[in-house]
Amino acid sequence: MIRFENVTKIYKGAPRPALDDVSVDIDKGEFVFLVGASGSGKSTFLRLALREERPTSGNIWVAGKDLNKMPSWKVPMLRRQIGCVFQDFRLLPNKTVAGNVAFALEVIGRPSSEIKRVIPNVLELVGLEGKEDSYPNEISGGEQQRVAIARAFINRPSVLIADEPTGNLDPETSVGIMKLLDRINRIGTTVVMATHDVAIVDQMRKRVIEIDTGHVVRDQARGVYGAGA
Amino acid sequence: MRIGFVLKEVGIGLRRNVTLTIAVIITVAVSLSLFGASLLVRAQVGQMKDYWYDRVEVSIFLCGEISDAPSCADGEISKAEKDKIREELEGLKPLVETVYYESKTEALKRFKEQFKDSPLADTATVDQMPESFRVKLSDPTKFAVIAAAFVDRNGVEDVRDQRASLERLFKALSGLQNLALVIAVVMLVVTGLLISNTMRVAAFSRRRETSIMRLVGASNWSIRFPFLVEAALAAVLGTLVAVGALAAGKYYLIDQTLASTFTFTTFIDWDALYAIIPALLAAGIGLAVVAAGLTLRKYLKV
Repeated sequence: MIRFENVTKIYKGAPRPALDDVSVDIDKGEFVFLVGASGSGKSTFLRLALREERPTSGNIWVAGKDLNKMPSWKVPMLRRQIGCVFQDFRLLPNKTVAGNVAFALEVIGRPSSEIKRVIPNVLELVGLEGKEDSYPNEISGGEQQRVAIARAFINRPSVLIADEPTGNLDPETSVGIMKLLDRINRIGTTVVMATHDVAIVDQMRKRVIEIDTGHVVRDQARGVYGAGA
Repeated sequence: MRIGFVLKEVGIGLRRNVTLTIAVIITVAVSLSLFGASLLVRAQVGQMKDYWYDRVEVSIFLCGEISDAPSCADGEISKAEKDKIREELEGLKPLVETVYYESKTEALKRFKEQFKDSPLADTATVDQMPESFRVKLSDPTKFAVIAAAFVDRNGVEDVRDQRASLERLFKALSGLQNLALVIAVVMLVVTGLLISNTMRVAAFSRRRETSIMRLVGASNWSIRFPFLVEAALAAVLGTLVAVGALAAGKYYLIDQTLASTFTFTTFIDWDALYAIIPALLAAGIGLAVVAAGLTLRKYLKV
């Protein structure tokens, strides 16, 4: 589903590569944790997969497409197959819960009849029934992240990328978010999650890819956060 | 992309940047007013040329008793010579449209009319006035043909082209018109820069929306379209203001003031104004879309 082949990314003016000769293969339906210290290259990895950045060298395939050969006008189509969730939720404060989720469909030109039909389903999936008319500042952080997940998932993407989705949440709320991501993964969605949350990684026992100063130092099925444990 | 959604986004954008939108409308209005005014001056000059070139004549002044030109050495022109000149002029048809003979008496009458407020009018006598042929050409630019035939001819004092003196006036007018055009172009450039800056601010104030739009896979086109519509809408409003200003200028300056004061020429009518509206709209919208498009390419990259 996501394949990096000898990918190197050097940002202009940076002393060392953000990613250095990274090769990773993530299959369809996998749940992968991307761990590593701040600045290790996790975010670069995710940005490359979204084609927000181009690699300096190496090849990247996402959902069967070679990103190096993809013309820029096709990039929006790629992004419709990838859901994105962030630490800071990135909701629009002037839109309701339902409005925020609907926005993702409106901007890609879906008919409003379809939008009306699918929104209750996805809000139910993420556990936000009854909150559709609330504004982001009226609900908790955990609920806001659920809105963001609903928005990322409403297009039924084949990949969900989550960049520290629990970074702003307390442990209890984080567990709820992880359960939701696990449920989405079980439906068949590949999930790639960058995180610092030791407890969550250790508890979930999923594949762990550790990146350190641009190198993959560990790729372990059913791994934990700390090395060698 | 659904129309309703685009319009909603445009509405949000316009409300959020209301002061900048007003600034765009005003600069578009000012620059297009100048641009339109220079187009109208051009139309006016064209019309004056048509009007006056239709009326200009070539004057062939004939020798009188007091003429001192070399070709008048033989004194006053003879009847035979006069008839010969008239005959030759008639022979130059169709270049020569009409030939009118102006006698000394008629010349004096005209002189007195022209200088009726001056003491000169009282002292002039019939014998001081020159006889002349007033020749109207079908093509006023072909003065040289007449000049070649009659200058330095015995009995002809001088051949004069009224067009030459008009030319100086039109030169001054076209200089004025070019100046207006230069100012208009400078203003249009300023307008373009302002629109570009406005779009930058608009893109910045909506960066949250646009970053989400990019993430969920909105096309470049659908991200930029609301901004372009916004710029084009402001430009259209500005153009309408400019058209209003030009109409007011035409009504108050030309119809109410100039037309009654200067009766020696005709002035442009409303059709001239209607004729430039498409050009103004095209300039306004084109400028807005190009300036906005170039800016957005830079700031709203997928």
